[in-house]
Amino acid sequence: MTSLAQLSLFEQAIIVFAALALFSSFVMLAQTRVLPLIYAFAWQGVLLALVTALVAYVSGHPHLYISAALTLALKVFLIPWLLHRLAMQLRIHLEAERIVHPSLLLLAGGGLVIFSYYIALPIVQRSGLATRNTIAVSIAIVLIGMLVMIARKKAVAQVVGFMSIENGLFFAAVVSTYGMPLIVELGVAFDVLVAAILFGVFFFHMRESFDTLDVDQLTRLSEAREPEAPHEASGAAPAGPAR
Amino acid sequence: MHILFLAYAALILSLGSALGAFAPLRRAGFPLLGAAGLAAVAAGGWALLGNVTAVATLPLGLPWLAWHVRLDPLAGFFLLLIGVLVVAASLYAPAYQRGLEHGRSVGTLAPLRIATAVFVAGMYLVALADDAYAFMIAWELMSVSSYVLVVFEHEEPANRRAGFLYLLMAHVGALAILLAFGVLAGFGGGFTFDAMRAAALSPLWATVAFLLALVGFGMKAGIVPLHAWLPEAHPAAPSHISALMSGAMIKMGIYGIVRVSYDLVGQIQWQWGIVLLLAGTASALFGVLYALMQHDLKRLLAYHSIENIGIILMGLGLSMIFLGTGHPVLGTLGLVAALYHTLNHALFKGLLFLGAGAVLHRTHERDLERLGGLIGRMPFTALFFLVGCVAISALPPFNGFVSEWLTFQAALQAPALANGVLRAVIPLTAAVLALAAALAAACFVKAYGVAFLGRARSRHAERAREVPSGMLWAMGLLAGLCLLLGVLPTLVIEALSPVTHLLVGQSLSSASARGWLWLTPVSPQVASYSAPFVAVAIAVVYGVGYWYFKRRAKPVRRAYAWDCGFGALNARMQYTSTAFSQPIRRVFAPAWKLEEHVEAAREPGVLGRARSLHYRVHALDWTWLKGYVPIGALVLAAARRIGRIQTGSIHTYLVYSFVTLLLFLWIIS
Amino acid sequence: MDNQLIAWLLAAAQTALFVGAAPLLAGWTKRVKCHMQNRAAPAVWQPYRDLAKLFRKELVIAENASWLFRATPYVVFSAMLLAAAAIPLVAVDLPTGAIADVIVLVGFFALARFFTALAGMDIGTAFGGMGASREMTIAALAEPAMLMAVFTLSMTAASTNLSAAMGYVLDTGLVLRPSFLFALLGIAMVAVAETGRIPVDNPATHLELTMIHEAMVLEYSGRHLALIEWAGQIKLMIYAVLVVNIFWPWGIAREFTMEALGLGVAAAAAKLMLAMVILVVWETVLAKMRIFRVPEFLGFAFVLSLLGMLTHVVLETGG
Repeated sequence: MTSLAQLSLFEQAIIVFAALALFSSFVMLAQTRVLPLIYAFAWQGVLLALVTALVAYVSGHPHLYISAALTLALKVFLIPWLLHRLAMQLRIHLEAERIVHPSLLLLAGGGLVIFSYYIALPIVQRSGLATRNTIAVSIAIVLIGMLVMIARKKAVAQVVGFMSIENGLFFAAVVSTYGMPLIVELGVAFDVLVAAILFGVFFFHMRESFDTLDVDQLTRLSEAREPEAPHEASGAAPAGPAR
Repeated sequence: MHILFLAYAALILSLGSALGAFAPLRRAGFPLLGAAGLAAVAAGGWALLGNVTAVATLPLGLPWLAWHVRLDPLAGFFLLLIGVLVVAASLYAPAYQRGLEHGRSVGTLAPLRIATAVFVAGMYLVALADDAYAFMIAWELMSVSSYVLVVFEHEEPANRRAGFLYLLMAHVGALAILLAFGVLAGFGGGFTFDAMRAAALSPLWATVAFLLALVGFGMKAGIVPLHAWLPEAHPAAPSHISALMSGAMIKMGIYGIVRVSYDLVGQIQWQWGIVLLLAGTASALFGVLYALMQHDLKRLLAYHSIENIGIILMGLGLSMIFLGTGHPVLGTLGLVAALYHTLNHALFKGLLFLGAGAVLHRTHERDLERLGGLIGRMPFTALFFLVGCVAISALPPFNGFVSEWLTFQAALQAPALANGVLRAVIPLTAAVLALAAALAAACFVKAYGVAFLGRARSRHAERAREVPSGMLWAMGLLAGLCLLLGVLPTLVIEALSPVTHLLVGQSLSSASARGWLWLTPVSPQVASYSAPFVAVAIAVVYGVGYWYFKRRAKPVRRAYAWDCGFGALNARMQYTSTAFSQPIRRVFAPAWKLEEHVEAAREPGVLGRARSLHYRVHALDWTWLKGYVPIGALVLAAARRIGRIQTGSIHTYLVYSFVTLLLFLWIIS
Repeated sequence: MDNQLIAWLLAAAQTALFVGAAPLLAGWTKRVKCHMQNRAAPAVWQPYRDLAKLFRKELVIAENASWLFRATPYVVFSAMLLAAAAIPLVAVDLPTGAIADVIVLVGFFALARFFTALAGMDIGTAFGGMGASREMTIAALAEPAMLMAVFTLSMTAASTNLSAAMGYVLDTGLVLRPSFLFALLGIAMVAVAETGRIPVDNPATHLELTMIHEAMVLEYSGRHLALIEWAGQIKLMIYAVLVVNIFWPWGIAREFTMEALGLGVAAAAAKLMLAMVILVVWETVLAKMRIFRVPEFLGFAFVLSLLGMLTHVVLETGG
């Protein structure tokens, strides 16, 4: 068991930024408005880039600097900017979603942290890296990202949740094996970008067909449901969220 | 004199108090009961402080299955606890029963007196029993006699229903206890506890025995979700019986859990601790949340019993976790916290039920919404009830604070554990405990503020007077003990050391490492608390302030309270109990199924204005709706199926007998 | 034995300083706030004048107030006095620090709050009940957050004793701990709620429907009011000292020499003044929130403290 005080200041900084990245995941979980949600995602990207750069410095893997720069460009500027523009165009930037039990959701997030700590223990015990304790945090970021996707109704929140899952995976790669091969990372980054653009297109279509970005409305696409009286269904179904 | 003679004396005197049921000896009943309580206190105190263990075989029971009794420090501790409450109840009951006699024919109190006698004797015997046979008989005596006490006021259908539920659950619980003893006896080869102690159980069977005992004793203790009878039965009984039931009887469930797991099974596993810790956390939070929704004073107190049992279990759970992972000193800390809270809860809950009884005696009201302003009319009752409220809300320098603080300290030692998940979960349960404690404080501000402060909300409350001195002495005794146990925690912990020596072979010697003035549960560096200092400081500040201002201040002027200039404040403008808990009701809304009723009395006409609005809210128990009701329906459905074989025709019955006979003959041949 | 006596005398002096300086801190806060909001500022010793005036004034008590109402100010004041005695302000390892650890400290606050709420209920007006109900609800939500933050600190320092915890931080030197960061934020939010500052409660309001703490003490006058106000100022100072001295204990005296103690006083004064400036900025930029938004605020504080505890377990202790 190594104590925190024995680590160098840079390693301590890695741990602090990892903790803050986890915190930004919690912010995403609880944030009901669209724009702050996107900003929280951007901040997570900043922290991720910082951690990557620090790891690059501490471990002496210069290729991680490229990863850090890529993260900064993509996840801090490009994707948040895309989402922001989308939110403005779709005029959803002032909407707020109603979360039913926010405190329970946050507690569930806390539970996920404990769970990821539990499942990360065997990996942590084998690893000799100074950053090994942050593996649990990266798993937690992945799981909380999924929780965001499960718990939230608005499509934008879903996208942000998805992106933060990717953040978690990237983070796990950085802290457990000092990053994936650069070619893989480039590929993943490209995928994420494509996904973001695809989501944008999807939003417009969704908006056109359903007049809402509430993904609960997608149940109307199911053919198993009775086709009778579609007008009634569209009028009565969404009880909670405001249009 | 032999120590067991005192215990026998307690048993015989309590049974003897049943004589009070017979007209010529009516006056002898309660003194005998009080003497029984004193004898129990003496026997228990002797066993506890003297660290004495005495065993004997009684010439009772079946020829080949004699009753064994054993008075060791653990039994002594519980005897002491029961004894104190019995003394208080015997002081309290004479005057209180006069209130019960109103409107009844002479002699109807006889069942009450007999059942009380058997009930008290049963509790003593549970603590003393040293074999499964005597234990089960004592347990049943306790359960059945308390059933009689619950349905004593059987004119009310609610009481009959409560009694039935209680009897049913008590027997399901007894069945589980019997099975637990069965497992232990099966391995030990005998029904005596000595044989069970000697038995070597595999971890699996030990766990089975522990879980069965937990269910059985948990039914009696009122662990969520086995608590359904408790809030129904406790308010139904007469108040001094409620005090005994809530203060002493449910503690016998704790006694059973401690006796079986620490003493009889012996090999504690840390997983049991997790079960207890989680059950305790759930009970603590559940109990206080439901208590907040009550406006019946005695029901509110009953729900708080669930909460406090939860706190006790949290201490026990922490103790088992530490013991099971090889930290005996910390395990002792948890055990001490649990036992200390057991004693404290007996004292302050006894006090609060007696106080609620005093209010009931003078106002004939249990509904908070119809009380108010009693502090001026019942000053001593109000003072003692306040002591109980402060103690149960875990505020320094009273006793409830010390034991909750010890529980927190035990939880704070979680970093000693190797298992990281436990290190993360234990602080979370402690946070729930903090929430429960703070909500309990809110609940008692509500209960005390609405019942005793403000203005009277009904004519009964307006005309209340102070209760007779016997009732006050009983409450004063318990209130004094609450303060004493709060101010001198180191002495209490030292007194508990024989019990912990018996159960875990350790004592918490570090607690008084810096002398009696400082309570230092782990070490002086880790945490310390000086209760005597706190008590003295509060007294000094009050004294100095009073004395200083008394001499030089101007006279006090009385004026109207601020009424926004409208004038004519009246009692209906006060916050009610329902109003007080409204913010909490809104914040924790999913915890209850709330049924709201609004009654509006309108003026005549189609669009008549509302003349008065009456709002009531009733919190239904989720465990009842989702657990008990479906199970009850299932049992009923099964019973109906089986009931079909009862056709009512004599010929069918003859066929049943005939077929059975044929079957037996075939098997035998 | 002589050493012991000196230590006790120092402890008494520190407590006196604490209690005596609390109104000054309140005056400073008010002054900074006025400057920040472009208002004419009162002198920093204005709270002393107010207290002195109140102590001299005649008592006016509501007609149906009971003895409990009159006893409450003393109970509240003594609880705060005890809490002030237990907190290291300029020096650690004083004997009074052993009276209470952090959990007992929370107990003292709870005691004061319990009696204040009862006093509010005692008058029998809607205001008192309303204040009591709200205060107890908020306290119930603040308590778990507070305790979780305390847990985080005590898990790191292996002690709930404030002196020991500060000593630990001083011994290990500057270490970047995410858990401390979260716990600091959590405790600061709890402190805002517990001392009745914006955005939870407004200390300056007397608007009937929005007040929480003021609603309970509405009927107090004269010396009773003085004691309650003073106790409130001490409470604010206690929380401020807790925050600054646990998370930034440098400067506090560790041995009882003249220089060390002098430095301790100066450091404490500087840190507290700075902390109050931050509080004022916070109060100026935020608006008071609706009462039913407060659970979210405190829930957030709890999540922060919880994250502190979790990051301690996950990140700081290793596998």
